[in-house]
Amino acid sequence: MSLFDWFADRRKDQYVGKVTQEQDEGDGLWSKCPECSQVVYRKDLIANASVCSHCGYHNRIDSTERIALIADAGSFIAINGELEPTDPLGFKDRRAYADRLRETQAKTGLRDAVITGMCRVDNLPMALAVMDFRFMGGSMGSVVGERITRLVERATDERVPLLIVCASGGARMQEGMLSLMQMAKISGALERHREQGLLYMPLLTHPTTGGVTASFAMLGDLILAEPKALIGFAGRRVIEQTLREKLPDNFQTAEYLQEHGFVDTIVPRTQLKTTLASLLRLHGSRPVEVVG
Amino acid sequence: MARRHLLEFEKPLVELEQQIEQIRDLARSSEVDVSQQLLQLETLAARRREEIFSSLTPAQKIQVARHPHRPSTLDYIQMFCDEWVELHGDRRGSDDQALVGGVGRIGQRSVLLIGHQKGRDTKENVARNFGMATPGGYRKAMRLMDHADRFGLPILSFIDTPGAYAGLLAEEQGQGEAIAVNLREMFRLRVPVIATVIGEGGSGGALGIGVADRLLMFQHSVYTVASPEACASILWRDAAKAPEAAAALRITGPDLRSLGVVDEVLPEPAGGNNWAPLQAGEVLKEAIERHLGELESLSSKELRDQRYRKFRAMGRVLTAGTTENDLAV
Repeated sequence: MSLFDWFADRRKDQYVGKVTQEQDEGDGLWSKCPECSQVVYRKDLIANASVCSHCGYHNRIDSTERIALIADAGSFIAINGELEPTDPLGFKDRRAYADRLRETQAKTGLRDAVITGMCRVDNLPMALAVMDFRFMGGSMGSVVGERITRLVERATDERVPLLIVCASGGARMQEGMLSLMQMAKISGALERHREQGLLYMPLLTHPTTGGVTASFAMLGDLILAEPKALIGFAGRRVIEQTLREKLPDNFQTAEYLQEHGFVDTIVPRTQLKTTLASLLRLHGSRPVEVVG
Repeated sequence: MARRHLLEFEKPLVELEQQIEQIRDLARSSEVDVSQQLLQLETLAARRREEIFSSLTPAQKIQVARHPHRPSTLDYIQMFCDEWVELHGDRRGSDDQALVGGVGRIGQRSVLLIGHQKGRDTKENVARNFGMATPGGYRKAMRLMDHADRFGLPILSFIDTPGAYAGLLAEEQGQGEAIAVNLREMFRLRVPVIATVIGEGGSGGALGIGVADRLLMFQHSVYTVASPEACASILWRDAAKAPEAAAALRITGPDLRSLGVVDEVLPEPAGGNNWAPLQAGEVLKEAIERHLGELESLSSKELRDQRYRKFRAMGRVLTAGTTENDLAV
């Protein structure tokens, strides 16, 4: 239902923070902010974590850029990258799922919609999963579920804190019920991590909806969110249809969720790393001894 | 007969049933012996019903699963339990009527029973919100499951919902959070949990009370990641393709059994459970008692470990060295 809404919204391009790539102007040196229309040097924008220096608009970034913003340089070691999606249902809509997968893989250079690994943040060890919205809307199928579960299990074994950067339209319909079951699988792994007294923080980025919201996105000891990110369970359009009335403008934004008690803190991307490091230290993380 | 709620594919049976009625009337008002003819027609009708119901498409199964006279959670509870006390409220300010629960006795065992509750008619459905639970419903279910955990009561969960409620208040009160917490906390339970999809299992709203040691499903029940209507709108860009989506999503018991999601598919009489509710009750009671018997021999640690491994194994991925063929069902 929420995915339905999300896709519908995408087609109409009418949600709260618009999903827009930085628009290349001419040779790509310049970038125009989709929110305030200010034109800035692309280099400056990237140096500012792809946040508009004029209005604070957070442009979408991909998983590689996200990892670079969070992990100490050279510290991220990807695990389980070899896991590949398959087509368990032999699913075909207007096109075959297998073809969609191949095409998306070629286009993004990713095998699936999440990258997982171990890293350091200010020399503090942390397990890190980053969802990538470019890969079929960050949808959660078997590979996303398996990679995150393995990461959570590793974090539990090695007794390290965990951050999952969420960006997803929800469960991947093309893998049917196996996708839905990933919600339970990951939640079970998080229960074991929690039982060991270890810290788990999801970072909710634009957009985090559906089955991801109804599982690991909302299970953090501390729940962080990016400014103006769309976060919700059901889609806005579905709700409007049910209610037949207008919803508040800030409905399902990070700010709205914080107001209603479901987000601990909204962290601007430019302060993400320092905030994470503080939170890790405040919860007992110790720097890694550097050998040699 | 005429007042029965008929599904569109049952229409071929109507004519036969009308003929049978006519002959019965005739037999009552005259001395002619029509028993032979009657028997013939009844056998034919039974065979036709058998034929129709043994080859239902997934889209037709959805209609059976949503049949207004299909036995509901409270129907099963009534059939199973001599003693039953319904318990209300989430202790957070609400008592959802779409998700009911309580303590009861099934055979010799005290158990906790929870489930989605739909209505039979419009008035009841409005009161029950068509079986779409709010965050308060999921929190009530979790409170009751924690209670069962404390008192060592096995948990029987009945799934029958189009999905969790999509509404302004539901979002404000944290629908996602409520379901998420249930998913995590159900892994912690030290008592056996048996969930049964008695009607339709709609996505996260179903899973929110569905993390179980055993997942059972009736023959004509369905369990979906997204409603076929929504799926068709998104992937086919055409809601009218819902029947195609229903088939592609693999939502029936046998499909989900082969995908390793469902443990047992329970047979239904020809005509569906709405045709013979008492028989459905007996089938489900037998299955639940059998599975409870198996699970009761496990320690609470074994139960939890097994439950974890069960869900841990779900999903299909290719690893280095495996090929599509190795994963073929």
